[in-house]
Formats: sequence, C-alpha cells, structure tokens
Amino acid sequence: MHVVVPWGQANMTSTNTQVWSDLLVEMAVTQDKSLYIKLYRHFAPKIKAYIIRLGVADAAAEELVQEAMLNMWRKAHLFNPEKSAASTWLFTLARNQSIDWMRKQKYPEYSLDSLPEYSECVPESDLGEKAVLCERMAQAISQLPESQSQVIYMSFFEGRSHSEIADRLTIPLGSVKSRIRLAVEKLKLTLRGEG
Amino acid sequence: MKINHHLDEATIFSYVAGSLSQGMALVVASHISLCQSCQDRVFDLEAIGGALVEQMVGAEMSDVSLEQALARLDDNTESLSSISQGIEACQESDIPKPLRDYIGSLDNLQWKRIGLGLYYFDVIKNAKGMCRLFKLEPGKVILPHGHRGSELTLTLRGSYSDVVGCFTRGDIADIDDQVEHEPVVGGNEDCICLVALDAPLRYTTLLGKLMQTVTGF
Repeated sequence: MHVVVPWGQANMTSTNTQVWSDLLVEMAVTQDKSLYIKLYRHFAPKIKAYIIRLGVADAAAEELVQEAMLNMWRKAHLFNPEKSAASTWLFTLARNQSIDWMRKQKYPEYSLDSLPEYSECVPESDLGEKAVLCERMAQAISQLPESQSQVIYMSFFEGRSHSEIADRLTIPLGSVKSRIRLAVEKLKLTLRGEG
Repeated sequence: MKINHHLDEATIFSYVAGSLSQGMALVVASHISLCQSCQDRVFDLEAIGGALVEQMVGAEMSDVSLEQALARLDDNTESLSSISQGIEACQESDIPKPLRDYIGSLDNLQWKRIGLGLYYFDVIKNAKGMCRLFKLEPGKVILPHGHRGSELTLTLRGSYSDVVGCFTRGDIADIDDQVEHEPVVGGNEDCICLVALDAPLRYTTLLGKLMQTVTGF
C-alpha cells in the first residue's frame, strides 16, 4: 500500500521554534492582538492542514482551527516554554479539540495534579535544543524506512488504532507496535540531539 | 508510590496521536496522571507531534478567517470553566483525575456481581469500545484467557499477579494478542482495576466462554 507522506516536502528553513514560543509568552503577558495575528497567520494554516488529514471537511476544519486559536488566546497564560514549544502546545490543544468534536465524546486528558513536583524538574539542557528541533525532526522523519514512516503516518495523521493498521497492512498487531517503537526510538534520539 | 510496570511506547504514541478509543485513552490518561516516567515520555512524543505539525505545508484559510477569529477574542464567557476545573483538580483523591471525571469516587459505585468475589462497573460502554472497573476479592483467580487485540489494565487498589509479573497501585499492564494469562489477586484487600480492550477476550476454557456470554467482556 502506497502512502503519500506529507512531511517529505517539508520546508527546512522556515521555522524557528524559539521565536514563536517567545511571541506566545509575550502575547500572554501583553494581550497584544497584533501578536495574536502573527501567531494566527503562522500556525492556523498548519493546524488546519493537520485537522483535514484527520478526516475533517474543510469548513468544519476551519471552525476547529478558530476554536483552537481562541483557546490559544485564552489559555496562553498556561503555556510554559520550558516544558514545550509553541507548536507542541498548539498541537495538543488542536488534537484534543478535534478528537472530541469528531467522536462527539471527550478524549481523556492526563492531568498533572498528582505530580506537583513536575514543574520544578525540567532539565535546563532541553531549553536550547527546542530552537532547532523542528528542522532536525523533519530530517529524521524523511530518513525513516518507508515501513516505519507508513505506520507513523497512519497512526498520527489518519487516527487509526494499531488493530486497524494491522488489518489494513495485513501484518500482525505485534509488527505494527514494533515498527512504531523503532520509529519513535529514532525520533527521540533526534529530539535529544543524539540522532 | 513506586510504579514498576509502564506503558508500551507504541501505546503512548497512539495516545498522543489521538488514535486510541475513548476507553483505552481513559486508562492511558489515568496511568499517566500517576506516573512521572510515562508523563516524561508523553512530553517527548508531543514534542515530536508538534514538530510534525510545524513542518506541514499549511492549508489555505478563507478570506474572513482571521477577521472572525479576532472578533471572538473579547468574548470571555467560556474561560471561567477552565479555571474552575483547575481548582477541582487540586482536591485530594486516591483515583486519577481523568477517571474521577467519569465516576467521582470509587466508594459509592453500584457494583454488579458476576461471580464469587468478582464485581464490575461499566465506565464507558459504547459501540467504539469498553472501559470497565473490576473489583476482585483476595485470592480470586480470573479464568485463563488470551486476547484478540490490546488490553490495558491499571491497578488502582490492592494487587494481582500473572505470568507478566506482580501489579500494584499505579502499575499498568499493556499487553496484546501474544499474551495468555490467569491473573490471581494477592494480599488481604480487594483489588480494583480499570480495564480497556480494543477487541473481545479469547477465553481458553469452556467455563470462560460461558462467562463471556454473560459479562460481554
């Protein structure tokens, strides 16, 4: 089965994660709408592209993008640049919202209330690395074997369960999981600057 | 709390991708709420997810999109609910917040009895999956069974053992169609577990198959 993987044509020079995270923090403090407009113009089309790939029609996808961006405005004070990049934070907002909408059910979210110590233990070494993460990640993904990028694509962009992927590719469930594990292992090395 | 059994990396990836059923996602989210190590792994994979989205070629937005979005910024009616949720999250409880959102407390549930020393309570039961709490008395043995898909079991109180190991509060068993087991409840207190499946169990005894027609699990 041939899968067209969208990140093959990734633009390797257009992103600077740190700049967007800084803008988001500044917007939370100043409530400056001109910063919101900058963030909207950068992220809204990408989030819409992601939501469309999850199987949502164009008009509904645009509504969901608007909801996600509205949440970005309202919850910006909760964004912690030491924990995640702006793109990561927006991705989780958009994912939960889209899944909730598509299934007409809530997608259960983990909570940090039992882990009060978490915010104090983010390693300093992570901070600088986030700036170039996206570029490195795009490269790492383009270098995955097709068998691995295929399962990552089907899980991440098509929202398919392991069993569905196994049926579709006619491979055992265990093979789906091991392919995802292998791919994730490589992407994590990249995330830590070791790949 | 010392947690010895964690989620499979592939399961965490599917959770982050949003591709788990609601029932499976509830068990995963509940474990993650208790487990620092799996929480860190989720953050790593969400960072990968963010990077994937960042690298996507953007879709075309409608001409009025930004204008409409700007017009909504000053409407604050929905933001209060998230604040009250945050306060509620700080209340003391021995069950993870994601599960608490569904059932409140473990102590006031209307358990259904399906055999000697075995009770259940359906947390989620719909066409797309099932998530069920089980309460088992000490010494209780679950009939031997295999799996047609994945099974996630989060121990909330008490303990049990099987071929994989011993599971206590916070531990998660993340197993698939390669595993057959016969869990036995240990210790002196009831064992309460949250269980989700993405396909029906495969009982290996006639009694088990008969039980399945009654319990639907």
